[in-house]
Amino acid sequence: MSRLLPLIGFLLLVSLFGFGIWWNTQHDQREIASPLIDKPAPAFALPVLGEPSRTVDKASLLGKPYFLNVFASWCIECVHEHPMLMTDMKRLGLPIVGFNYKDEPEAATTWLSEHGNPFDVIVADRDGRAGIDFGVYAAPETFLIDAKGVIRYKRIGPITPEVIEKEIRPALVALAKETP
Amino acid sequence: MIRRALLWLVLCLLPVVACAQAIQPLPFHDRAEEVRFQKLTSELRCPMCQNETLADSNAPIAHDLRRQVFEMIQAGKSDDEIKTYLVDRYSQFVLYKPPVEPSTWLLWFGPLALLTAGAIVVAVQVRRRARQNPTVGTPANDTEDDW
Repeated sequence: MSRLLPLIGFLLLVSLFGFGIWWNTQHDQREIASPLIDKPAPAFALPVLGEPSRTVDKASLLGKPYFLNVFASWCIECVHEHPMLMTDMKRLGLPIVGFNYKDEPEAATTWLSEHGNPFDVIVADRDGRAGIDFGVYAAPETFLIDAKGVIRYKRIGPITPEVIEKEIRPALVALAKETP
Repeated sequence: MIRRALLWLVLCLLPVVACAQAIQPLPFHDRAEEVRFQKLTSELRCPMCQNETLADSNAPIAHDLRRQVFEMIQAGKSDDEIKTYLVDRYSQFVLYKPPVEPSTWLLWFGPLALLTAGAIVVAVQVRRRARQNPTVGTPANDTEDDW
């Protein structure tokens, strides 16, 4: 038995390291699970892109679930994600609020006229302070916020058809079950 | 002679100073505050470029978070308050030194537990062998060594 002990120890180590490798392929290592899930979204009041005199705040968006999509004209992945927002995400039937993150208003407007505007309203966070409250660190990011203003889901990185099927649809189904 | 040495020292330090200022000319009240800021930001991890501290990182988010930390220091917040603020938004990921709590027990005490387990195994083996071969050390006994 004691002859086998080193072998057993070795196999245990192999399985531990094997699990580590498997685990890392299953998860995007750049992704940090947001501590804000199932917590009320931070309060914000931001000017509307292109209409600086008008502000949109958290309270004015309550009453209906919505997506909050963090984008910027300087963000390369946002270009890849954009067609998904224009088609599949819009088809989900929820309003999409654009969160223009650390961007020049003119650059953002030009970018949207080039690529299309899938957003119902766009708020501009020029200095990124509201972004910090949302725990934003890399655009694109997408939040699902329910009718009571609670963050239910967050996607870090671009939305893909797979993400919609595996993550967003189930989150919407869970939401629909709650509302009487 | 001394003058030349001093000149050398200044010349050697110049790039360091220039670099530090190029990254962030923050208006600190005094030296102590600056030291506190540097210490705090070097204990915090940038969420974007994940193996850099907030102090070292050039990512835009690191810049913004440094500004946030600076403003909170100016507002009289304690280090713990600043850390809590960041953890609330970016999770414990931002802490290079995670707090001791049930979910981090494995991280904190795992290595010690492994070391203890190893020491126990070694101790048991050594004792057993000593009992089997009272004449430890004679090479002749090595042939029946089961390890």
